[in-house]
Amino acid sequence: MRRDVFQAIADPTRRAILTLLALQAMTPNAIAEHFDSSRQAISKHIQILAECKLVKQEQTGREIYYHFNPQKMKEVDVWIEQLRAAWESRFTQLDDVLKNLKNKKP
Amino acid sequence: MTNKQPVFTKDIPNKQLTVVRDFDAPVDLVWQAWTQSDILDQWWGPKPWKAETKTMDFRVGGRWLYAMVSPTGERHWSRVDYKAIEPQVSISSDCTFSDEEGNPSTNHASNSWLQQFRPTAHGTTVTVVLTFSREADLEAMITMGFQQGFTMGLSNLDEYLSRQGKPSIPLAVI
Repeated sequence: MRRDVFQAIADPTRRAILTLLALQAMTPNAIAEHFDSSRQAISKHIQILAECKLVKQEQTGREIYYHFNPQKMKEVDVWIEQLRAAWESRFTQLDDVLKNLKNKKP
Repeated sequence: MTNKQPVFTKDIPNKQLTVVRDFDAPVDLVWQAWTQSDILDQWWGPKPWKAETKTMDFRVGGRWLYAMVSPTGERHWSRVDYKAIEPQVSISSDCTFSDEEGNPSTNHASNSWLQQFRPTAHGTTVTVVLTFSREADLEAMITMGFQQGFTMGLSNLDEYLSRQGKPSIPLAVI
């Protein structure tokens, strides 16, 4: 099943995991210790975050560490910034159009 | 005074983006500008893009088929399906990429819009709520924007994107 970034961050537990990982890279066990849910449940959440590249895993010795990938979150922001710019451009043009319509009105 | 600065609110967990903007014109004029294709074509395309309507049937169940035309004449088609209309109050619709005949692109994201118009002492407040569908895939949209070579001529953003090697979004869907 394909997952998107929005779906990944829609879940409060996954957002909490991202917040933890934004501070430091952690092993799955260390992450799970912060939650009441089962390790299996947490591991599933991590897997979803990894699938959409919000976290990356790195092997250090025998341990696997998960790192937050800020680039992926930045894409969300960049994309929203583009929407904002597009709408601002539209609205400025709409102001001009409305001014003309008002002038034409008897 | 009319506040011309649009207010954006993002609600990512709910996949919603809300834009609120005031206009110095009465509701009837603002309504015309959003519902008549000859007027929409004058402003709907964010610079340097131009919107070009092929057909528009503004009624519930009707459709607006238009292209975003790039400065080099490249066309990207979109269709908007009107779901509910309350004259001079609100419009709700679905928007998706399509081909020139209005056949929706199967592998692309669609989203829904709610536009609300409210009279104020000085003019009209327009609220646009964009809701991205379940299948909407941010990554796909970004990738597609890259492939289609969309740029918006925004120096800061272009610079940022070139540094990141990241694409622009396709404008036709927003």
